[in-house]
Formats: sequence, C-alpha cells, structure tokens
Amino acid sequence: MAKKEKIAVPKQNGKLFRREWLTGYLFLLPNFIGFLIFTGIPVIMGFYISMTNYSGYGSKDFIGITNYVKMVGDSDFRNALRNNLVYSLTSVPLTILFALLLALALNKKLYGGRFFQTVYFFPNLTSMVAVGCVWLQLFESKKGPINQFLKYTVGMENPPKWFWGTTTALMTVVIVVVWKQAGYYMVMFMGGLKNIPPHLYEAAKIDGATPWQCFWNVTWPMLSPTTFMVTILTFIASFQVFDIINVTTEGGPGRATEVLVMRIYKEAFKYARMGYGSAIGYFLFLIIFLVTLVQWKGQKNWVVED
Amino acid sequence: MNKKKIKPSSIVLFLVCCAVAVAMIMPFLWMVSASFKLRNEIFSRPIQWIPQTFHKDNYETILEKIPFSRYFFNTAKITIIITLLQLITCSMAAYAFSKLHFPGRDTIFLCYLGTMMVPWHAIMIPQFIVIQKLHLYDNHLSLILTGAFSAFGVFLLRQNMLSIPDSLNEAAKIDGCGPVGIYLRIILPLTKTGLATLTVLTFNGTWNDYMGPMIYLDKDVNRTIQLGLATFKREFDTNYGAIMAGTVISLIPVVIIYVTMQKYIVEGIAYSGVKG
Repeated sequence: MAKKEKIAVPKQNGKLFRREWLTGYLFLLPNFIGFLIFTGIPVIMGFYISMTNYSGYGSKDFIGITNYVKMVGDSDFRNALRNNLVYSLTSVPLTILFALLLALALNKKLYGGRFFQTVYFFPNLTSMVAVGCVWLQLFESKKGPINQFLKYTVGMENPPKWFWGTTTALMTVVIVVVWKQAGYYMVMFMGGLKNIPPHLYEAAKIDGATPWQCFWNVTWPMLSPTTFMVTILTFIASFQVFDIINVTTEGGPGRATEVLVMRIYKEAFKYARMGYGSAIGYFLFLIIFLVTLVQWKGQKNWVVED
Repeated sequence: MNKKKIKPSSIVLFLVCCAVAVAMIMPFLWMVSASFKLRNEIFSRPIQWIPQTFHKDNYETILEKIPFSRYFFNTAKITIIITLLQLITCSMAAYAFSKLHFPGRDTIFLCYLGTMMVPWHAIMIPQFIVIQKLHLYDNHLSLILTGAFSAFGVFLLRQNMLSIPDSLNEAAKIDGCGPVGIYLRIILPLTKTGLATLTVLTFNGTWNDYMGPMIYLDKDVNRTIQLGLATFKREFDTNYGAIMAGTVISLIPVVIIYVTMQKYIVEGIAYSGVKG
C-alpha cells in the first residue's frame, strides 16, 4: 500500500525546487482534473443528495436522514438486502472452495497443467451479459440441455426450474457466478501455494504426516493470508452483483433475485428517486467500508505463526 | 523414488481436471454450436454438438436486422479511447506521485487511495448528475470521461515505478535530462509490464461494461455491444440462435486479448487486492 517516502528537501524555497513542484503539478493535472470531476465531486455530492428528495430534475429539499430512516421500513429494500446476504453467504464460500480445490489440483505437477489453468481462467474474462445469455439457454426449464439431461438421462420427473423458479433462481445465479469467477481466485490461491516453503512439506513427510494431515497442518495455515484476502475480495464483489441478475432474471421471479445495486438502479432511474437511491448507495458503501476495515485490521493481525 | 512411474492417484486427478475443463468450456461450445443452427434445431434431442449443416442465418439476422456492427464499432471506439487516455494520464500522474517532489503529494495520493474503496455503484447517481449537468447524456463522451481517469490505474503504475531505482533518474538529471525526458525515455520504457497490464485490464473492463452504457446511453445507434446484446436478448428472447451469434461476435476481441496477453492478465491479479 502507500509506502511513505520522506521528501528529502534541504532548501524548500530554492528555484530548482519550485520548478520541480510545478512539473509535478503539471504531470498530475490531467488525471487529477478528471478524477476530481468524475469521482471526487460525486463522492461528496452523493452524500448530500442522499439527504435530499432530489428526483433527477427540478429542485431539491434537504430532508436530513429521512431517506436512511425510510430504508428500515422499506420492504423492497429489506428483501433486496436479504437476497444479497443469502447470495453473499453462498457464493463466497462456494467460490473459495472451488478455487482452492482447483489450485490444489494444478499445484501438483500435472500433465497439461498450464492448459487447464488457461481453460479454467477463461470464463472470468467474458462479460456477464454473454455468460448470462448462454446460461439462460443451458438452464432453459422445458427443453434446455441441462433439464433434458436430468429428465431423460437421470430420470428426474420434475427437474428444477432454475432461473424461472422462485426458490431456485438465486441459487442458479450463484452457480453461474461461481463457475465464472472460480478460475480468477484459483490463480490467487496458486500464488499463495507457491509461497509456501517446500521444506515444511519435507519436514512433515519425515514426521510421517499423511497428505490429509499435511494439508491441515501445513498448507491451510500457511495459506491463510491468501484465503483471508480472497474472502474479503469475493465478499466485496458479492455486494456489487448486478449485471448477471439483470440479464437473466431481472430481479424476478417476483422479486426473488433483487439485490442492493438493483434497488439503487431502480429507485434512481426508474422511479426518479435519486435521493433515496443515493442513500442506498451510501449504505452499500458503508458495508464495503466495514469489510475493508476488517481487512486492514486482519492484515496486521493475520501473521502466520512459524 | 522413481519419478517416471505414474501414480494411479495422479491419473484420477488428471481425469477430474479434464471433467472440470469440459464444464468450463461446454457453455462456449454450446454458444458456437447454437449460433449456426436453425431455431428448431437448437433444443433438439439428443443434443447435436456439431450442426449437420452450418447455417449463417443467425449472423445475417444480427448483422442486418439490428445495427450490431454499429454496436461493435462504438464499443471499439470507446474502449480504445479510454485505454489510451488511461495510459497517458495515469502514467503521468503515477510519475508525479513516485518520482517528483511537491507539497501535498502524499495527501493527494491518499485521497486517490481512499476513493478506490468507494464502489462505483454507490456514486453512480451523483456521477450521472454531473454528466447530465455537462449535457453529455447519450453521448459517448460520458463513458469516456467517467472511464478514463481511474485511481486504480495510477496506483498500479505507481507501484511499478517505485521499483525503478531513483539513481537512474538522478543520473539522467545530472546529464541534463529534463523531467519530460526522464518520463519519456527512462520511466515509461521501464514500466512496460505495468502499462501492458493496465492496457489489458482496462480494455477488458471497458469492453465488458454493461451498467455504464445502460445508464448513460439511450439511442440505438449509440449503444455498445453489451448493451445492444442485452437489449436484443430482452426483445427477442426466443430467438436463441441469433442471441448466440451476437454473443460469439462480442467475445471475439476478448479471446484475441486472452490468447496474446495472458501473462499480463495474470499479472493484474496481483493488484486486485486494492481494487475494492
């Protein structure tokens, strides 16, 4: 992170120094102006808007924390928050499990290992729109290939309705997302595995440890900083899920797959409640901020005991 | 131990890896296969992975009935401009943050770091209002300006530049090289990996962006490929073959980038820890 360098300055007012200051500012300027207008100002402006009843046009009145209070009783918001939590608490552990298993498999010097890595990583680069379009057809409930397989090969009489079932829709989204992102975190885990010194495994082997014991006593504890990092990242990402849901279920059936970002979008751009939408946006920011705080604290405390 | 002997456990592992690879690739095979089929062939039973005859009707539909080539061109234009602007402005700012000394430098950098934590979705409404006030709604400039000045790009390149020893630019300074010369002739050439990583990440991110175009663009001729594809899917949700044809076209650039720049994509993952 921000490595602090001391500015070694003998005489701050020398002509040469002022020249370097100017150069510094000039180099920074193009990015800084754009950053200020399109990120800096919105960050501050958004907080103010969240305390108004702005509709997108016309005037706005300052209404204090009314929008935030409104969220507590808003059943749409609470439904979205609940869905989002269910989504996070299922997609995060599943992603970690699959990513870790894939990384462990490829960590063995396997024939074709590089090829497998390339293949596993590929879905991660494709857009959620493309992925959503394809999986919608694969999961098609009446004649899609997956339900054809379940019906005629496995012999299931009533295969799940996937994206079209109230109880299954959110889990179907989880399946697609885990499929798409597991390869990405697999690469992170592989980096973590490479950093485990081999002598630890040799020592464990001499002590007669089984592969199972090896995993729980060497790999798992040594990998914990990576696991921690991946948990945080997947968790943060899971609170920003939107594209895949908007392409596949559009929040339905009913409102079974509505999530927080979808609420922000609908409040602001469908119902012209920019103020209320911003308040939900800041709520989302708060969640991610708290998770980041945990990350900072964790990074300091999470030291592997040797 | 005899290393040449293949253990049965590694054969099992290999087979499992193959099965996973099939699961990862199968949806894309379906996509390509369905894009060449007629409507009534797509959900045939049993599944025909290789169509008996390759029909190009779906590609004709997507390219002639809707302005898909226009979407493609729009996206390419926006993506290339954003990537170039990012490379230029982020590398300049990163140079200032890593090699030049001026008052307030570290404070400004902390502000950059701080905003990286704010999810875009939390500030998309105020950002939209800014774009509206600048009268850039339904104009490609809205996407270009909101995408071109990322704090993440600055951070990534600054990390790269910090690893260049200061003695190099000081030596150049003594030899009479100005800051612009140092930036162009020393820093940039030594930051090639970082620049390539940023190029790939920005290109891919912009090409795949869906929500940005959804908010900022309106008219059909202005749409990007993701927005166009999603809208087409919504309007003709049973024209399965044509949707797949559009998906195939939208993936072509991504596949090219992946095949040629895989190394830099993997490199970029190391920076994701700060990308909140």
